[in-house]
Amino acid sequence: MKRVQVLDAAGIGKTLARMAAQIVEKSPDERSTYLIGVQTRGVPLARRLAALVAAATGVEPPVGALDITLYRDDVGPWRAAHRQPVLRSTDLPERVDDRVVVLVDDVLYTGRTVRAALDTLMDYGRPRAIRLAVLIDRGHRELPIAADFVGRVVPSSRSDDVQVRLRECDGEEGVWIEKEVEG
Amino acid sequence: MSVAASRLRGKDLVGIDPLTPGEIQLILDTADEMAKIAERPIKKVPALRGKTVVNLFLEPSTRTRFSFEVAEKRLSADSLSFSSSGTSVEKGETLLDTARNLEAMQPDFIVIRHRHAGAPHQLAKVLKASVVNAGDGAHEHPTQALLDAMTIRRRRGRLEGLVVAIVGDLQHSRVVRSNVMLLHRMGATVRVAGPPSLVPVGMEALGCEVYHRMEDAIAGADVVMMLRIQLERQGKMNFPTVREYYDFFALTPERLRLAKRDCLVMHPGPMNRGVEIDSRVADGPQSVILEQVTNGVAVRMAVLYLLAGGNGEPTAD
Repeated sequence: MKRVQVLDAAGIGKTLARMAAQIVEKSPDERSTYLIGVQTRGVPLARRLAALVAAATGVEPPVGALDITLYRDDVGPWRAAHRQPVLRSTDLPERVDDRVVVLVDDVLYTGRTVRAALDTLMDYGRPRAIRLAVLIDRGHRELPIAADFVGRVVPSSRSDDVQVRLRECDGEEGVWIEKEVEG
Repeated sequence: MSVAASRLRGKDLVGIDPLTPGEIQLILDTADEMAKIAERPIKKVPALRGKTVVNLFLEPSTRTRFSFEVAEKRLSADSLSFSSSGTSVEKGETLLDTARNLEAMQPDFIVIRHRHAGAPHQLAKVLKASVVNAGDGAHEHPTQALLDAMTIRRRRGRLEGLVVAIVGDLQHSRVVRSNVMLLHRMGATVRVAGPPSLVPVGMEALGCEVYHRMEDAIAGADVVMMLRIQLERQGKMNFPTVREYYDFFALTPERLRLAKRDCLVMHPGPMNRGVEIDSRVADGPQSVILEQVTNGVAVRMAVLYLLAGGNGEPTAD
């Protein structure tokens, strides 16, 4: 196994600052933006982006947390999951109706998590629009889904392990890719 | 406090007895999240889409059956309810034959209420479907104990270290057995009280302190849980009159003052007002009786969701 660092703490900071600037630029107005992180690592990323957006616009956008477990497609009839995944908290402090929701996740891979997140959000109301912000896009989409704001594109093979570590949940900060070494 | 387990080991929920503290905590944590679904504009999630649940209620029940049905619908399961009147059970079919016939239709869950202790356990051993005990005789009623624990935990933030007094007909109550086991396992002190004729021998072995004066049991308690006097089961009366029962064992405002000031008042329902509980208490500010009903749906959603993985170990003897 070979582990290569893709981003360090400073790199994550710079990447998020650029993404926040793009979010501000694309917002129709400051009051409509609503950042919602997908559990688990999307939530601290959404908080950090919200702070950066607030610093640029003077308006603090609300931040929510979304658990997609009950909407996943890799449990239940489609695949004999080894166990039912543990539920995490959904906490949406404001209604999503008529807001421009920016869905935040750490890694975009197959797109199945995003599909589940979109279905979850739709059961909470009718947002004006939903945009997608991801720190890492590692490719290999299985659904027709694309991100609006991408921190870093990391070419990977399916057998690679892309690891995002954030100080809020992991005690360390950085992005690594672990590759199986051939031979 | 124990750490929540990451899954339930068994395929069935036949009682509190087989659960570890970690499994109990997992169910309660999951139920807290399930409770939020009832507050959304769309009170339904697709988690059990395509799963079939048979509600086999072979003893009268309104609240528990409705609660399971609501839980099943909120999880998008397909549910069928089956009661003893007007069915093959009335024609003399055995429980096992009934269950095998139902299983031939490939349900994923069988929720069973039966007047005989051990009936769910017997089914669990022979059926592939997950069996959930919705009350068997005077034995166990695990989802009731779980919803009671959820209600206490949401109000007090914990179970450990609390003093819970359970008062009433301990002899005919399945609620008390499941509750004593659960609360004891989670670190609460459980006191039970009732007239000597309604206290079965060996109660202490479940992990509780037995009192014969209600006042001693509720003194300083954090929670008082009143049990229903099962008037329909008092074939031979175990106390002289309902009036006398009220005088000695009803929760009145005066008696409630002996407990902690913020003591919670609970009742599994249906209540006999003026028998085991005074209306001023049942409808008073300390009563969480209707919260128990609301939480019942969330707890049953949690149990069905957690068992739906389908890879649990079968129930053994």
